[in-house]
Amino acid sequence: MNDPQQAIREKQFEAKIARDEKIEPKDWMPEKYRQTHIRQISQHAHSEVVGMLPEGNWITRAPTLRRKVALLAKVQDEAGHGLYLYAACETLGVSRDELYEQLHSGKAKYSSIFNYPTITWADIGAIGWLVDGAAIINQVPLCNTSYGPYARAMIRVCKEESFHQRQGYEIMMKLANGTPEQKAMAQDALNRWWWPSLMMFGPTDAESVHTEQSMKWKLKRKSNDELRQQFIDQTVPQAELIGLTIPDPDLKWNEARQSYDFGPIDWDEFWQVVKGHGPCNKERMNARVSAWKEGEWVRDAAMCYAEKKAAKKEVV
Amino acid sequence: MKKNWPLWEVFVRSKNGLEHRHFGSLHAADAEMALENARDVYTRRNEGVSIWVVESKNITASNPENNGELFEPAQNKIYRHPTFYDLPDEVKHM
Repeated sequence: MNDPQQAIREKQFEAKIARDEKIEPKDWMPEKYRQTHIRQISQHAHSEVVGMLPEGNWITRAPTLRRKVALLAKVQDEAGHGLYLYAACETLGVSRDELYEQLHSGKAKYSSIFNYPTITWADIGAIGWLVDGAAIINQVPLCNTSYGPYARAMIRVCKEESFHQRQGYEIMMKLANGTPEQKAMAQDALNRWWWPSLMMFGPTDAESVHTEQSMKWKLKRKSNDELRQQFIDQTVPQAELIGLTIPDPDLKWNEARQSYDFGPIDWDEFWQVVKGHGPCNKERMNARVSAWKEGEWVRDAAMCYAEKKAAKKEVV
Repeated sequence: MKKNWPLWEVFVRSKNGLEHRHFGSLHAADAEMALENARDVYTRRNEGVSIWVVESKNITASNPENNGELFEPAQNKIYRHPTFYDLPDEVKHM
């Protein structure tokens, strides 16, 4: 295709998105749109799948049956969310195997938060409350994103996510109202998860490379810093309500801004974890890769069996 | 040769009286497994009372590039709509 024609098509495409029309899989789209969406949707899918690992660590040790069924259901939801998103991503012409390969080889990223360990039961509470809370704030605007299959997957994800946050907060509430040891455990989990949760919104606006293009394509509706502020403003009162303290000495209400001011984020730590040097990066990847490899014979056997059955049917 | 599980499209009837609606897709070795997976992936919260699965390769889809010739002819056939016909105000409810 010659260039002027390409330019016209791109202009029409951008106009369509500006009019809030959706883009569907078979519609023409600029290659950059396709690539950006494959990257973001798959990264999102990988995060859901890797996100099962830190929580899976506590399924067998949940303190009561009530907590156990809830945690099981939550982890199963994360698997489901990963599957919705992989399916949406595949509509862009990439195969599931390629996507797994990108994750396993380290070419594709997933949310850094899952590279932190879950060392006490309170961590399960903190993850639901803070990590899922941050995820909801990130995800709600995506229900309106321009790519149809992604938007539809996100609507389903968001509907299911609020149970996750509530079950987490309930765990924290119970511990915070428990014995001094239990309260200390809850506070310790908050201390360890608070800053990594703030990092989930990504680098500051000044440092963020993808923002402008992503805004145009409605992959983003608010900037990283705006979303982070929203999360802080909504979470601080929730901590106060159950008598826990946010681990930030600089945190204080700013009457003029009607928002909380907060202390500096340790971005060195963020980039270290992104680059693979977090406490659990290796462990997480090993778990994924070995699950994929050790499951191979099962996948092959199922395929063989399906073919054998289909062949038999044809004969009869 | 290595064969991957094929892709299936999932349609769910959310309650009797409503049509099956496209919910999404998934991979499975055969139709039976596709149904089982669809149940776990798409109906964990009572979203459905009936599921259809069909292998994606069996769906023939129209091409959006042909939308003009396919759908535009309907646009100027306004006489297919009730508002095309002028009736006196005295005629109510028609």
